[in-house]
Order: sequence, then C-alpha cells, then structure tokens
Amino acid sequence: MNTLDPHTLTGAYATHALGPDEHRDFERHLDHCPSCAQETAEFAATLARLGAAEAVTPPEALKGRVLAALPGVRQEAPPVARTAPARGRLARHATKFALAACLALALGAGAVAVQQHHEAELARDRATTLARQQQTVTALLTAPDARTATATTPGGGTGTVVWSGSRGQAGFLAAGLPAPGPDRTYQLWYDDAGTMRPAGLLPTGSGTLLLTGALDGAAGVGVTLEPAGGSAHPSGAPVLLLPFS
Amino acid sequence: MSHLVSLAPPRRPGPDLRELLSRVVRGDQDAFATLYDAVAGPVFGLVRRVLRDPAQSEEVTQEVLLEVWRTAARYRAERGEVLPWVLTIAHRRAVDRVRSAQAAADRDRRVATANHGGTPYDEVAEQVEGRLEREQVRRCLKTLTELQRESLTLAYYRGYSYPEVAEVLGAPLGTVKTRMRDGLIRMRDCLGVGA
Repeated sequence: MNTLDPHTLTGAYATHALGPDEHRDFERHLDHCPSCAQETAEFAATLARLGAAEAVTPPEALKGRVLAALPGVRQEAPPVARTAPARGRLARHATKFALAACLALALGAGAVAVQQHHEAELARDRATTLARQQQTVTALLTAPDARTATATTPGGGTGTVVWSGSRGQAGFLAAGLPAPGPDRTYQLWYDDAGTMRPAGLLPTGSGTLLLTGALDGAAGVGVTLEPAGGSAHPSGAPVLLLPFS
Repeated sequence: MSHLVSLAPPRRPGPDLRELLSRVVRGDQDAFATLYDAVAGPVFGLVRRVLRDPAQSEEVTQEVLLEVWRTAARYRAERGEVLPWVLTIAHRRAVDRVRSAQAAADRDRRVATANHGGTPYDEVAEQVEGRLEREQVRRCLKTLTELQRESLTLAYYRGYSYPEVAEVLGAPLGTVKTRMRDGLIRMRDCLGVGA
C-alpha cells in the first residue's frame, strides 16, 4: 500500500483492479467517505454501460440449468431493518414498531445476562441502568427525525443503530451477535471523520445500549471486540460499521 | 453532443428490475426467470469479454446468476440500479477466474500479447444487443487520453490488476490508479450517468 490519497482509488476499486487487501481497506474507507461511496456508485453505473454494451445472448440451455439449480441454493435472509427503504410514514412507523418489539426482547436478554452476574448489587444497578437505557433508546425511536441503520455479520447477527439529530443521541441494539467471551466486550465508537470516539461497552451479543456522548456530527458508529473494560482506541478490525446515512 | 445523448437510451427498456428483485428476495422463481431474461445477456457478454473462453464464460455466468439468487437481499436500492449491481458481481467473478491459478498460464500469454491490439469489437457483432449503446461507449472511449483508455479497458475488459496494467503500459502504479479514475469520470460524464 502506498501513501496515495485513498479517494483516488475509486477507479481501481470499481474495476476490481485492487489486490484483496487494498480492496478490503478501501471498502472500509467507503463506509466513512460518502463522496467516495457516491463516486463508486456512479462508476459502477458507468461500467455497467460498458458491460451491457458487450451483451451477448447466452446459449438457451443455460437458462434451464440455472433455473433447475435454484431449489438447491439457499437464499440469504433479508436484514431485520433496512437503512433507507422507508419512504412513507407508514413504512417508517412499521420499522419503528418492529424495532420496539426487538427492544422488548432485548430487555429480556439483558436481564438474563445480568442475572448471571456474580454481585447482586452490581446486577441491580446494571439492571436499573439497562432499563433506563432501554427507555431512552425506545424514546429515541419516537423522535420525529429518528433514523435507523442495520448491518449484518457473516454469522447472521445484526446490529441496529437508531439516531436522532434533534436529540443528538444514538442507541445501539444487538441481536444474535456471538457472545464476546469471558474477558471481552463489544465496544461502540462514534466515527468522527475516521477518528473513533469511545461510545460505550456492551458485554453481550444481544442487548441495547444508549451510546455515551453526543452525536456531534459523527459520520457513523463502529463496533469492535475489546478486552473487558474497553479500550481507548479500537484494537482490531470492526465487527460492524453503521454509517449515519 | 446533443445527438449523442439522444442516441443513448437512458435505461434499458423492459421490466422493472427492482420490483423483480424484491420478489426474488421472497423466493419467487418466476420473477427470477424474468430477471434472468433481462440480465443474462449483459452478464454473459461481459464475462465472455473478460474470459474469452465460451465454456468457462457459461460456467461463470451460471455462478453469477446463482449468486444473484442467493444474495438478492443484499441489494440496496439507494446505492444504485439493479443492472450495475449484477454486473459488479459478474465482473468480480470473471476477474477472480482470470486471477485463479488455473488461469495463470493463460494470463501470461495475454500479458505478452496485450499490445497486439486486435480488440475483437466486431467478433461477436452479429449477436450483440444494444448496438447504439455500444456505439456510444466506443465514441466516449475515444474521448479519453490513451493512458486513461488503456488503463480502464485493460482493467475492465481484461481483468488486469493495476500492477499488471502498470507493467504492460510501463507507467508508475500511482499514475495508473489516477488515470483509471480520471478515465471513469470522463466516461461517466460522456455517457450521462447521473447521480
């Protein structure tokens, strides 16, 4: 990797001319760079014109083979909530309703996690905090400008971030992420133009967290696995990235 | 320029691909069959342009279409149209095939003959759909500088990585990367691809 401005890699990325490592690095960069994502999408549309100009009708038998193979190919499930399909008010409210239901489930999961905690008092404190956070995150969903973004891990777990510009707050809902392990925790980060600002710890794979700190113009939220107690800076690649877009 | 624009159909006529894909997500095989009719030609043509070998191209086309079936839920309408999404998958798979060990010997041969030209634009002219689009793509490619055009076409139509492009063109790596981007910006504007 050289020291080139990553913004200039859009062309090589769109034509699949980058090596696997650079390709991955650039995809990570795309999550934080809306103008790069926009340019990349335009290049994909441009290249599609170059590709479509080469169109050749394939042999008739191919269609039969492809269609015959469909029943044996398992389709990936759609994500729980989509980033921006909700155009109408009804659809947006439906998403919020589904999320509220998820939050209710997550509250149960959080309670289980808390029960397993050794110290009863600490557990009670945490339960109170959790319940309060739960209410705040649920309340966030009622903000008129509340928006959500969801990302899925290869293992099928999902993370959903809900944020409201008017309230300057964001919440995170994890569902079905792998348990972080005994001495590990999920840590949330605000993405301040590529600089990651700590935004709280979530020691379970299914639960809710009101992010600490204000949105302050952050571009998105990242989730990493960290040692219990959290880190000052992300120590590894993000498990999830959720741009505010 | 205005007649150039009028020559280019802004969208391929035909069914609403987004609507079809949303039915595919729900497992609708009839919708997939209709989607197949709309995208199989571009997919097969692009893959064949990159791979050359018809038998391999059929194989990869089948893989691409099954990937579309499998991952239809990943399509994000806010990030662009369906055909670019499908052709991105097709191009990546074709490039993966080119770069696989199996293709190594073939690649060496192609690098060695890259400067002989002979791009077979007319080789499959009889079977090609969208002749006007092809004309406009050719015309727009001509507006690029030679380095822009070669960088772009070696990467896209032949599946070269940028170090391979740099090697063939005898240009620095950084120059090749920026020329690919500059060339795509010109193509985007010439073809009238909007945001």
